[in-house]
Formats: sequence, C-alpha cells, structure tokens
Amino acid sequence: MSSISQSVRKLDHLAKASGAAKYVEDIVLDDMLYGKIVRSTVAHGKIRSIRLPDMPEGYSAVTAADIPGVNNVHIVQDDHPVFSGGEVNYIGEAILMIVGPDKRQVAKFARATEVEYDLLETCFDPKKSDTTFYEYGYEEGDWREAFAEADEVIDEEIFSAHQEHAYMEVQGLIGDYRNGKLTVRGSMQCPFYVHMAVTAVMGMKPEDVNVIADETGGGFGGKEDYPSILGSQVGVASYKVGKPVKCVFDRREDITCTSKRHPAFMRYRIAIKDGKMTAVDADILYDGGGYTTLSMVVLQRGLIGALGIYKFPSYRVHGKAVKTHTVPNGAFRGFGGPQTFFAMELMMNHAARKLGKDPLELRKEYCAKQGDMSPTHGVYHFDIPIPAMLDQLAEASDYHRKVKAYRNQTGRYRRGIGVSSVYHGCGFTGAGERDLIKGVFKLHKRADDTVEILAAAVDMGQGVKTTFRKIAANVLGLPEDRVIIVNPDTARVPNSGPTVASRSIMVVGKLIERAAKRLKAEWKPGEDQLITEKYVHPDFMIPWDLATFSGDPYPDSSWSTNIVEVEVDTMLGLTKILNAWGCYDVGTVIDENIVIGQMEGGLLQSLGHGGIELINYDQSGRIRNNSLSDYIVPTALDVPSLHVMFHKSEYFNGPFGAKAAGELPNVGGSASYIGALECALETDLYQTPFSTEDTMELLEGRRNG
Amino acid sequence: MFKTVRMTVNGKAVELAVDERESLTDTLRERLGLTSVKKGCEVGECGACTVLIDGVSKNSCIYLTVWADGHEIITVEGIRGKNGLLHPVQQAFVDEAAIQCGFCTPGLILTGVELVNSGKKYSRAELRERISGHLCRCTGYENILRALEKVVGSESD
Ligand code: FES
Ligand code: FES
Repeated sequence: MSSISQSVRKLDHLAKASGAAKYVEDIVLDDMLYGKIVRSTVAHGKIRSIRLPDMPEGYSAVTAADIPGVNNVHIVQDDHPVFSGGEVNYIGEAILMIVGPDKRQVAKFARATEVEYDLLETCFDPKKSDTTFYEYGYEEGDWREAFAEADEVIDEEIFSAHQEHAYMEVQGLIGDYRNGKLTVRGSMQCPFYVHMAVTAVMGMKPEDVNVIADETGGGFGGKEDYPSILGSQVGVASYKVGKPVKCVFDRREDITCTSKRHPAFMRYRIAIKDGKMTAVDADILYDGGGYTTLSMVVLQRGLIGALGIYKFPSYRVHGKAVKTHTVPNGAFRGFGGPQTFFAMELMMNHAARKLGKDPLELRKEYCAKQGDMSPTHGVYHFDIPIPAMLDQLAEASDYHRKVKAYRNQTGRYRRGIGVSSVYHGCGFTGAGERDLIKGVFKLHKRADDTVEILAAAVDMGQGVKTTFRKIAANVLGLPEDRVIIVNPDTARVPNSGPTVASRSIMVVGKLIERAAKRLKAEWKPGEDQLITEKYVHPDFMIPWDLATFSGDPYPDSSWSTNIVEVEVDTMLGLTKILNAWGCYDVGTVIDENIVIGQMEGGLLQSLGHGGIELINYDQSGRIRNNSLSDYIVPTALDVPSLHVMFHKSEYFNGPFGAKAAGELPNVGGSASYIGALECALETDLYQTPFSTEDTMELLEGRRNG
Repeated sequence: MFKTVRMTVNGKAVELAVDERESLTDTLRERLGLTSVKKGCEVGECGACTVLIDGVSKNSCIYLTVWADGHEIITVEGIRGKNGLLHPVQQAFVDEAAIQCGFCTPGLILTGVELVNSGKKYSRAELRERISGHLCRCTGYENILRALEKVVGSESD
C-alpha cells in the first residue's frame, strides 16, 4: 500500500464528534428573519390569484416582483424560476416566501396563504410527454443487419425508479444583503454555481456577491443544483427586507421539492447469432421532471454508459430526456450512469440465461480491453481490470460454488447470488473541464511558513478537506498541521470547480499536487508566496464532440465489480441481504479509511435503491411518502457486513495516481442485488427497486399458475 | 400556554418558561444553544435529535419540554471528561473514522454513551439492533459499529 493511503485522523472529526460543528440551522445572525416558501399544490397550472393573510408589521411576502435581476436560475440552461412568474410545473414549485421574525408565525402565515389556479393539462408519464428536453444518440456498424440476421432477439424494457437523496441534513441557506453586497451561506456542494446563479438573479456585480459553504450534512448530488434555486430565493428575500433571511426546509418540504434520481425506461434489444451477441439496440427515456435543470448532462452520462463495460460488434444507442409535471430530477451520485448500467447489467444476466452461460463468465467474455474503441468512438486508453476484479470477488464470495448450489431450490427460504461489473467515468462529462469549469487552484504560503489550500471544494462528509491537506502536506514534506484548509468562501478562494462528478481528488487534487511541487521548489522561508495552477486538459484524449456524440468523454474510468448474496423468504416475500462485496479500482487510494467509508456508504445507497427505497407519486403528481417514516432508507439492520476490496492501479495524471472514487460504489450495487434476486427466484427481473410487494406478486402469480 | 420547567441540562440546573407544545429539541437548540442536537426529520424516525434523559436515549423531537420537568438531560456538549478529554465513545468515533458528514454523529455517540453506562458488552448483531433507530446516509454503518465495538463490544463476537 502506498504511504499516502495510510489513514490519518480526519480534519473535521473533533468538531463533529463534540457537537461544535456549525451547520446552517445552527447559525444565527443578528436581526435574522426566517423564511417559509409557499409552494404550488397543483402539478400544472396558471396562478389566478394569491390571497395573503393579514400579517403584523415585520412580516412580508417576497414574490417574483421583488427580483431585481432575472427570474431564472442558471443551472445548465436558465429555465427554473426563482419564484413562479405565473405558471407552475410541479407540486412544490416556489410561488412566494413569507418572511418574518418568528419561525412558527412565518410557517402559519405561509399555510394561511391562499393560491387559486387555473388548471392546465398534466403529464406524468414520460412516454406520453410532448416536450423533449434533450436527445442524443450514437451507433456503430450494421446493427440493423445484425438484427435482421439474428437467430434470436432479446427484447426487454428495464425500469429504474426515482431515488431520494435523503441526506441527513435537509437543505437550508441564509441570504444576507447589506450595503449593496449579498452573502449567501449554508448547505451546498458548489459555491460558484450558487454564485453565478445568484449574481444574475440579483442583477449584481460578481464581486458584490459572496457565497460561503458551511458544514454540509451530506449531498450525494442533491445539493449540486438546488442551492442555486434556494440561494436565489433567500438572496431576493434579504434584499427586499434588508435583513438576513434564513430558510431551512423541514423533511417533508425537502422531499417534496428537491431533485431526485431520474426514473428511466430503457428498452434494450440484443441480437444473438450462433451463440454470440452481435448487436445491441438501446432506447433510453429519462424523466426530467418539470424543468431542465441538470437533465442535459445526466442524460449524456447515462447514454455514454449504456453499453456498460462491454464491446459489441455493432450497436445503436439513442435516448432522450423529457418533461413531466413532477419535481425536476437532477444529480444523484452516479449522475445518470446507474440507470443505464443497471439495464445493461440485467440484460447480461438475461443473455447469460438464454445462452446457457454463467453471468460472471459472460461478463468477462464481452468485457472491452485496453486499446479497444469505446462505444462513443473514443479509445480505452488504459487497462480494464474488470476480469481480474471479477475473479477476485468470485473467490472472496465463493461465487462459483454458490451459483451451482442455488440452482433448483425448493422450500421456504431460497438464496441467490448476483454480480455486476461497471465503471464510472472520471470527472466532468465531455469537454466540461476544459470548456466550462476551467478550474483554478491556489496555494498560499504565509510568512509564518504555514500553507493554505484555496479551493472551492466542499467537504460534505466525503473527507475532501482531509485528503486535500494530505496531498499538499505529502508533496511539501510538511506536518499536516502546517497545512490549512477551511470551508470555501467565493470571496477568498478561486473557482476550482464544483464538488461533483467525483472530480475533486483527480482534477483538483492534481492541481494541488502540481502547486505543491512548485512551491516546494520555490520555497522561500519567512516569505509570503502565492502559487496558482490552472487545469490542463490531458493531451492524449480524443476530443469530445457533443454534436456527433463522439470522442473520449472521460480521461479514464474507475472500475467496480459487485457481488451480492440474498435470501428470499418465499412465504413473506422478504429479502435479506446476506453478504455484499465490492471491489473497486480508484487508482491510488488517497486515504484508506476515507475511501472505504465512501465505498461502503455508496454501496449501501445502491442496495437501498435495489429493494426498499421507493418514491410514490399519486395521480395528482404529489409525492405521497415525503417523510422518513414512509421513504425508507437502510438502517444498520438492513445490511450485512460490507466487504470492500481494492484493485491496485495508478492513473498517471492523478495526484499520487488517484482517480475518481465518490460515485463509483453507487453504480453497480442495485444491479447485483437484483441479479441475486433473479438467481434466487430463478427468473428474469426488469426493474429496480424490486420490493417485498413485487416479490409477493411474482410468487402469487406463480402459485396461481 | 406557558409552563415553568426545571431540569438539569449537562449538569446545570435550568429553569425556563416554555410553550407547552415546544419540543425538547427546540428548547435545547434555540434557548440553550445546544446545537449538537440535530433535526433530521422531527417525527422520531432518524435519531439525529437523540439526547439522554435520565441516562436513556430518546428522540428529543417527539419529547415535549414540559415532560422534562425534574429530569436530567445530557447532550454531546456535556459528555466530555472534567479534564476536557473526549468521552471514550467520542474518541472511538474519531479513531475509527466513523464520521462522514457528521449529522448523525452526536445522536449515535449518545446512544453509545448509554451502552457504555449499561456496563454490558454487546455483540455486533446486538449493536446493529441498538443503533437501528439512527439513520446514517453517509456510511455503511461499518465504522460506526467498529467504533462501538471498541468500547462496548463483546469479545466473543
Ligand atoms: S429529528 Fe428527531 S428523530 Fe429525526
Ligand atoms: S455521517 Fe452523514 S449521516 Fe451519518
């Protein structure tokens, strides 16, 4: 193990273990008021009238009319209003904010606000949507011919449902406008995203807006785009009332109005000729929800991964993201990847059953190799360690023996074992790093010879403060306590980019490594020095072209294999996870404890999405289970011990050889879980999650013949 | 309706007039500044608001402050030793990297303190059961269990 991998004490642990860490809900500014948002109760409509309750002095309503700049929140496009301009497109869309000194009164006045709507036609079924947000595709070879000549075609629709982030800290921000300057602070992943959005909404100069990330209690993608919306709302509110305004959601509000993982309907066809898979045709449909928000890039990542890690002689991939009148879906760890990987992995299981092969062996047989052309006509530049990683897990889990043992089971309890092999493309999709983010990083050596890391990355629990510091201290040969890193503040730190896409270590960490090397070489004791490093696009990459959807979308990938073993109680339909293994290639592990923690947590979220995490919409487009009593996330009783292993590799262009890590464990867990269920129930399944009720229905269907 | 409540919080006697409907979470956070008591759901589902009431872990969000009259409340702010050293459970959480975003941490630590005070040892299965009222979305519970095993784990497991 490389010495950088040796775990160190996490930088923020003391404050967090002693209760001293301050999250937005814990911050009280002088004269601060509280805001509560009045939200649409209809999925699609035009606001006919708004009647405010009588409110005493000191209470006010903030609406679209109070916005000094544009009523559009910049995310990828600019289509999500700050406060509704008249039309609403999902239940939970913000109409106005009641602001005042007493939280309970504010909530009461918000509840008493009456909004009347002229209802408009709704669409909740993405297949029936007439608004396509984005559409892309790519193909290779004569796939039509392959289907025409096939001995057999597997033709299936696979479904991956919504997933709620359920970060333990709900969303919340404070806006503080005074003397012509605005500060927005609180829980977020991407201070500069918030900065850009708020600046336009406020019509202010960038230098007059300051965004501070406070302790952030989990994000998982859920705090990537949403704080741009809430930040705009509290900014406008504070501007109107001239005092700081805090708006922290309660859990029901959070689940109702913040983004989710995109539901995806994925029709896959596989052509089989002479016992070989000769072509794949994938038609992908992502439910974008009421506004575009991040769907453009989520869909891109989904389509890029639509053929998994495999190489097929010919294929076509086509997909779109469409509008429905539901809460906009957005970033969730894996960012569109888990859906298509799930579908491809299930198709591999089904193909294996058709071909009479073992699912694990079939994966090895079709796995792409270094030097192969990638599906999007780029190149796999580096080793693809999947076959070795599959073998590693097969041995650890005793896979081959169990697969045989679990055939033709009878009796109440039946076991199954499932496998998946996936990747996560490292960093931003396409040319994002080069053309959009253009990360800048600074290292500031002070006269006292301490060194401060100046970056925009937010530590939301993934430990980035600790790992960043470790990289700098290691290169500089300094004790860790001489390297300083605090929560980012856009007035102090350069824009090193958002805390997303598993890019922090590989991309920003590389800038830290380079800056630290330079500082070391130029070190002048007792002097103030500032080192600036800028992102350099790797020159080995085949340029990404969105118009033709071709090239290298990522410089490299992180790889993962999973094996899950379950036991199904066929009387009650209950599934118990007996074991879960994950093998991960994230390049050099920058801190063992931290990365293992990431892998375990991500794997558990993915397993949750396999069986128990269900969002229920009713017919009016309302989320019925908007509490943690009804939206179930795994407890310590729902998982066995998780076995995490690493495959060793080094990425030459990452700090100390590190690649992306954070999202990877969220990609393959549910596929291996459903694979285990397929094995136990000896059938093909087509969806995630597959719940207890689904199992009961399947078993009853069998009993009734 | 306001009522006077007398309770001991982290060793100090406290007397407050509170609204009868006020939750102990709000009293501790907003009047006493004990912000380690977190709010994750406010319906008794997540354990983030856990405090010890007479040594027993309780979700303070569904516990009315008026019920606390005459009782002893402990939050994470009140568990350090006199010398300022971390409580062994806190230390174990730090050592085992059982903390990611930290939002579930104070509550879990207090449940750990309750287990320590019981004087008993617990198997991993028992520990899973005992912490099942706490939701942690960041970890896979592994390091939390490892930290707790360090202080209250039974050797046999
Ligand atoms: S906040 Fe009390 S249990 Fe969740
Ligand atoms: S560490 Fe984030 S919820 Fe437990």
